[in-house]
Amino acid sequence: MIVRIRFSKLGKVRWTSHRDVARMWERALRRAKLPVAYTGGFSPRPQLSFGLALPTGCESVAEYLDIALETEVEPALVKQRVGPLLPGGIGVVAAGEPEPGSASLQAEVTSCTWDISVPYIARSELDEALSKLMGAASLPVVRERKGHVVADDLRPSLIALFSRDARDELGTRLVAELGTRPRGVRPAELAELLGTELGLARRTCQWIERGGSKFEPLDARPAVSAVAVERAS
Amino acid sequence: MARVTKPARYIGGELGAREPLHEPGRVAWLLVYPDTYEIGLPNQGLQILYEILNEREDALAERAYAPWTDMERAMRGAGIPLFSLETTRPAAEFDVLAFNLSAELTYTNVLNLIDLAGLAVRSNERTGDAPLIVAGGHCAFNPEPLADFVDVFVLGDGEEVVGEISEVLLDRAAGHPRSRHELLRALARVDGVYVPALYEARYDGTRLVGVVPRSGDVPERVEKRAIADLGEWPYPKRQLVPLMEVVHDRLNVEVFRGCTRGCRFCQAGMITRPVRERPASQVDEMVRSGLARTGYDEVALTSLSSADFSGIEHVVSSVINDPQCSGQVSVSLPSLRVDAFTVGIAAEIQKVRRTGLTFAPEGGTWRMRQVMNKLIREGDLYSAVDSAFAQGWRRLKLYFLIGLPTETDEDVLGIAELARRCAEIGHRYHHNVTLTASVGGFVPKPHTPFQWFGQDTIEELRRKVGMLRDALRGARGVSLRWHGAEATAAEGIVSRGDRRVGRVVEHVWRAGGTFQEWSEHFDLGLWTDGLKAAGLSLEDTVYRHREEHEVLPWDHLSAGLHKHFLWQDFSEALREHGLEDCRWTPCYDCGVCTGMTVEHVVASTVPPAGGSQGTGQDASAGGVMPVRFVVKEHEAHEAHEAREEHEEMVGAGASGGGA
Repeated sequence: MIVRIRFSKLGKVRWTSHRDVARMWERALRRAKLPVAYTGGFSPRPQLSFGLALPTGCESVAEYLDIALETEVEPALVKQRVGPLLPGGIGVVAAGEPEPGSASLQAEVTSCTWDISVPYIARSELDEALSKLMGAASLPVVRERKGHVVADDLRPSLIALFSRDARDELGTRLVAELGTRPRGVRPAELAELLGTELGLARRTCQWIERGGSKFEPLDARPAVSAVAVERAS
Repeated sequence: MARVTKPARYIGGELGAREPLHEPGRVAWLLVYPDTYEIGLPNQGLQILYEILNEREDALAERAYAPWTDMERAMRGAGIPLFSLETTRPAAEFDVLAFNLSAELTYTNVLNLIDLAGLAVRSNERTGDAPLIVAGGHCAFNPEPLADFVDVFVLGDGEEVVGEISEVLLDRAAGHPRSRHELLRALARVDGVYVPALYEARYDGTRLVGVVPRSGDVPERVEKRAIADLGEWPYPKRQLVPLMEVVHDRLNVEVFRGCTRGCRFCQAGMITRPVRERPASQVDEMVRSGLARTGYDEVALTSLSSADFSGIEHVVSSVINDPQCSGQVSVSLPSLRVDAFTVGIAAEIQKVRRTGLTFAPEGGTWRMRQVMNKLIREGDLYSAVDSAFAQGWRRLKLYFLIGLPTETDEDVLGIAELARRCAEIGHRYHHNVTLTASVGGFVPKPHTPFQWFGQDTIEELRRKVGMLRDALRGARGVSLRWHGAEATAAEGIVSRGDRRVGRVVEHVWRAGGTFQEWSEHFDLGLWTDGLKAAGLSLEDTVYRHREEHEVLPWDHLSAGLHKHFLWQDFSEALREHGLEDCRWTPCYDCGVCTGMTVEHVVASTVPPAGGSQGTGQDASAGGVMPVRFVVKEHEAHEAHEAREEHEEMVGAGASGGGA
């Protein structure tokens, strides 16, 4: 069976990499003595499948992980057993079973919502920059990848951008829904497009779009996107 | 943090980390490893002391590692000093900064870290209640290059002495002022503690003629500390599990300390004697509870030659047959002996995640291996290699040293020949094999039989490597790796340097030369400039053969080995005579067991089944060896006299030694 976990990554532990987090889970699951399925061959690995990589330095309350288990275990029990064994800052938010027949997290997630603090900028100033971005026909960026120069257009991945008052005096908050296709946009790239410094960025939701509705990976019910909620407020 | 590489180096948060309460009556130790987090974190010595100190009521310990250059720049730019990982407390607020000295090329980092802590690097410029700078670890057996910067060195095992030092310092931590000088004198009376400021280095012209106490109340000769029974120290009990990937990222269980194989180039084997094994049942327990606690799926049984552990078969079978481990845990033996028996064990324990196997024949010819006392017959190597390839391994690595005493071009070319033939054996089993011959330049180390030997020049090492490259051109399946000859020379400056070499270290540091262990930062030019500024030369500090009766910079410090034993063994080396492993053969009185009140602790009088390596005898079937563990006093005396007689004869005939 597959158990899907939603977990958070908050505080100092955000400075660890995606690979580091994978190792933390492997160790915690072994300590929990859960019947995790292993790959065969000379170098057996636990069958864990992580969703989109979270950039090092970003927080999240919406990370996902699929765990293959050899025998049936109640998802709530998985949460209860493994939760206390994870390092500080990594917490299990929810555990459940993905819909039967659903594809991998990597393949299904179409966008993410981010809550980003943008220091040293007034809200009005940020609003202006945001509407400029949203109004642009294309936002080309050039990146060198494995020795090749690749030109990408980031505009299609900017789904929605809103400003919010900051929690402290220093700047403004930016709530962004960023698509993963044709290519994901990282908060740091968004800050670069805005010409601002990047403060703390936290992923708050991952979305699967199916038939015009958005679902969270652990919730079969259609949901409205967080951005729509923000818009209504 | 967003701008530095690998920010997880600076966040701590490991499983097993403590956040101790700083309060009067507790001596605050900051344990510092002078290299990056991922290199330093797994260090077992540091972790052992971390636990022992934090278990004490009168002490506490936190950790720090060398920030990488980008982080250091950011810290200096923002006026942030070196701080502890656990409670981000400035280093200068601790009572003790204790450095682990594992490698000579980290010395410039030691100076840099003292400076980053906001303290004067020279000990005579630190006053009042500035933290005490302490250093220990293998390199502390020749502390003279750091004598001007470090207040207190500790020789040997640290388990007991850290407590004794804490007790002396307690007055100070509790706020009872005691002058720095008084404190140092009190510390100098603790066994195993060397306070360089209380000793004067005397020279005759440019020659060192002695390092002698400045006053009568400090010992003329400082003896190392050694714990008698490893079984009483089952540490680390709570090995740190880091959040980021580090080297040796696995459970490590030390199965024994010390080694009597007697490889003449090996400092670790000489200075950690005698052999003290951990009871097999305790190893079992540490493996089992360690795996359950950490969640690691790999455990390394560590020591200088783990296949020699007398409980090895018991431990291995108990781990593998443990249903809890269910075939998912791999066991590794970091230092494999070269024989088929060992490969058999390796095959059994690496059923999962089989990577490569590494052997260290060290020398290219039997003659050379007799000189260095690494008594591996070619047959042992070939049968080990054959067995490894037959059992499915395709990648093997062989370690070699070049630049050893009496080495000829034929010996060097022997390395190519061995590598080529090992690869040929592999091709009998597999189409594709990789045989890596890793070649390092030999650096003579203090307290070893080769301490008198003049190191090969950079040019000579390069010539030998070039010769190997030519000889291996087109050899199918063989790849040659070598370490930079320049770094080998720089290591040589410090390895046997006296107090004057401190000026070289300081020069390199002041010129920005940190992280000299890292090829991207290493710069030989800084070291040669430093030598020039200090009025020294590579010729004299590195390449020169020392004379038999010359005062060596570490003569006032003892690892327990008699200097005449070392000279005797050096003479035997030059005559191409090997020496048997004294665990299973009669004592040859190196001085350690008889001089200290400790002796070998071995669980079995039967050496492990295996090849001839080290024992000098055909032990391929195992079997009982004539054994005598402890030499009784009168025998030791006789042996001593006999050896002195013998030595006089040898001494008269031998010159300064060397090639």
